[in-house]
Amino acid sequence: MSFSWTRVGAICLKEVRDYRRNRFVIGTMAMVPVLFIILPTIQLLAANVTGKALGVRIGLSLLYLLVIPVMVPSVVSAYSVVGEREQGTLEPILMTPIRREEFLIGKALAAFIPTVVIAYGVFGIFLGAASLFAEPVIVSAIYSGSHVLVQLVFTPLLAGWAIWVGIAVSARSTDVRAAQQLSVLAGVPPLVLLALMSLNVIQVSTDLALGLAAGLLAVDLLAWRIVAAMFDRERLVTGTRG
Amino acid sequence: MAAGAQPIGDTSTLGVSNGESALVVEHLTKRFGDRVAFDDVSFEVGYGEVFGFLGPNGAGKTTTVRTLGTLIAPTSGSAIVAGIPLSAKNGSAIRSRISTMPETPGLYLRLTVMENLECFAGLYELDDARGRIQRALRAVNLEDRARDLCGTLSKGLRQRVALARALLNDPAVLFLDEPTSGLDPVATREVHDLIVSLRERGVTIFLTTHRLEEAERLCHRVAILNTTLRLIGLPEELRQRLFRRSLDVRVRVPLADPKSVLGSLPQVEGWEQTPSGYTVIVSDPDLAAPEVARALVGANADILSIAESHHSLEDVYLQQIDEDVEAKSQ
Repeated sequence: MSFSWTRVGAICLKEVRDYRRNRFVIGTMAMVPVLFIILPTIQLLAANVTGKALGVRIGLSLLYLLVIPVMVPSVVSAYSVVGEREQGTLEPILMTPIRREEFLIGKALAAFIPTVVIAYGVFGIFLGAASLFAEPVIVSAIYSGSHVLVQLVFTPLLAGWAIWVGIAVSARSTDVRAAQQLSVLAGVPPLVLLALMSLNVIQVSTDLALGLAAGLLAVDLLAWRIVAAMFDRERLVTGTRG
Repeated sequence: MAAGAQPIGDTSTLGVSNGESALVVEHLTKRFGDRVAFDDVSFEVGYGEVFGFLGPNGAGKTTTVRTLGTLIAPTSGSAIVAGIPLSAKNGSAIRSRISTMPETPGLYLRLTVMENLECFAGLYELDDARGRIQRALRAVNLEDRARDLCGTLSKGLRQRVALARALLNDPAVLFLDEPTSGLDPVATREVHDLIVSLRERGVTIFLTTHRLEEAERLCHRVAILNTTLRLIGLPEELRQRLFRRSLDVRVRVPLADPKSVLGSLPQVEGWEQTPSGYTVIVSDPDLAAPEVARALVGANADILSIAESHHSLEDVYLQQIDEDVEAKSQ
């Protein structure tokens, strides 16, 4: 039997329906973006600097926004396998014709789509607020460099990384809360690189940003293969490797 | 395969068997390291049969179901499930032709009954999903609860939703793993009635349970597993195989000399005293009962009753488990 997008869709739709009625997930998806848009927006609107200092300030503000695609899916994806196991729903699902790749992609898409929508939405709000209320010099600085490109490219890539790390942690965990804490921590490393770029420790150029994006894409694809290989039905159900 | 079963397309590459057995299990063994879950298990289940798989906790029943459901890999042995050889590469094809209802219903409690079933209809890639969901809900008498959140349902109703879910794909083999575990008597009776209706529709059911009255009431044949397969057959066959036929004789006052009354009767092979009378071993209870009655009347005994001894499946089961305990202690 070949790969089925119908089965991927069934998992994805089920996940989204489940999130919609899960207060913890809704709370996380709402709270993180609210937190991480207020701070950078205020910081930027209150900025009274020029030149290199302004570039650092903008970089720092935008770095806050890149925390969203790491934090939001981490919590959700960390729940994806261990949560199913805790509520006893994993075994019925695994007893259907679904393949592990279909299960994992369904889970990943259910976390990826809302995350990217939220992160781009928040970035749009940030740009709108800046255009309306910030000094023209700040607005021009935001659009002049590679900031917008970095946001657009790195948002889905960081989300992908956080999701695969979250699912990997979830597949090996026995406790939802521990999985969520661990996956948030494990999702952070790529942000360090971006922080160095935002603070001008590493000089950003479009070529460097695109190179790093290609690298992160490769890491995402590798992470997907590793997670798929880790997904062992027997281990998930019995706790023992098959 | 049950009527209306979902075709799974080209099965020529799967080594599909066209035999009459829904399940053929040969010398199947599963070990987790040093621990043996079940060992050298062999049996066959025919299409339309309700097959009871009995055993105490830890006997390997659930592991057997998981193995036949391709959730875990056997250590050795072979099986054909719904006509398809059991192997990792056939896992998805086998799972599309079977259904499993685990011990806990495993429903998404924040989703409605309909949403739960829609998810599984998608996973089975069913045509006419709405129609199948309606038929499954009708089969378990839950049509009016389709819009309810599963979290608001009672334990018994959740079990019925899980059964509806298991019926969605018209499975060739339906595995029911302890379907009444933890249910109250009313909910248990409802689940039993549903299984009876499925049996009448010709659905092949593999029922694991440690409730003996459940197996006796619902199953055509039963097997007793305690890591190894101890017995397999019709409940009546198992009774006859393990217990000699006998009459239970109840008398108001014990006989003064039972040996002279019972010992000389041609149909009687032996006897032993019980608190309320005697258990008389006979070859044919129908021939022996009048003879015993006459002898007792002749001895001026006050007869309260004479009836053929009935050994329940529980007696068969306990005898087997007791033998295992004795064997282990030795």
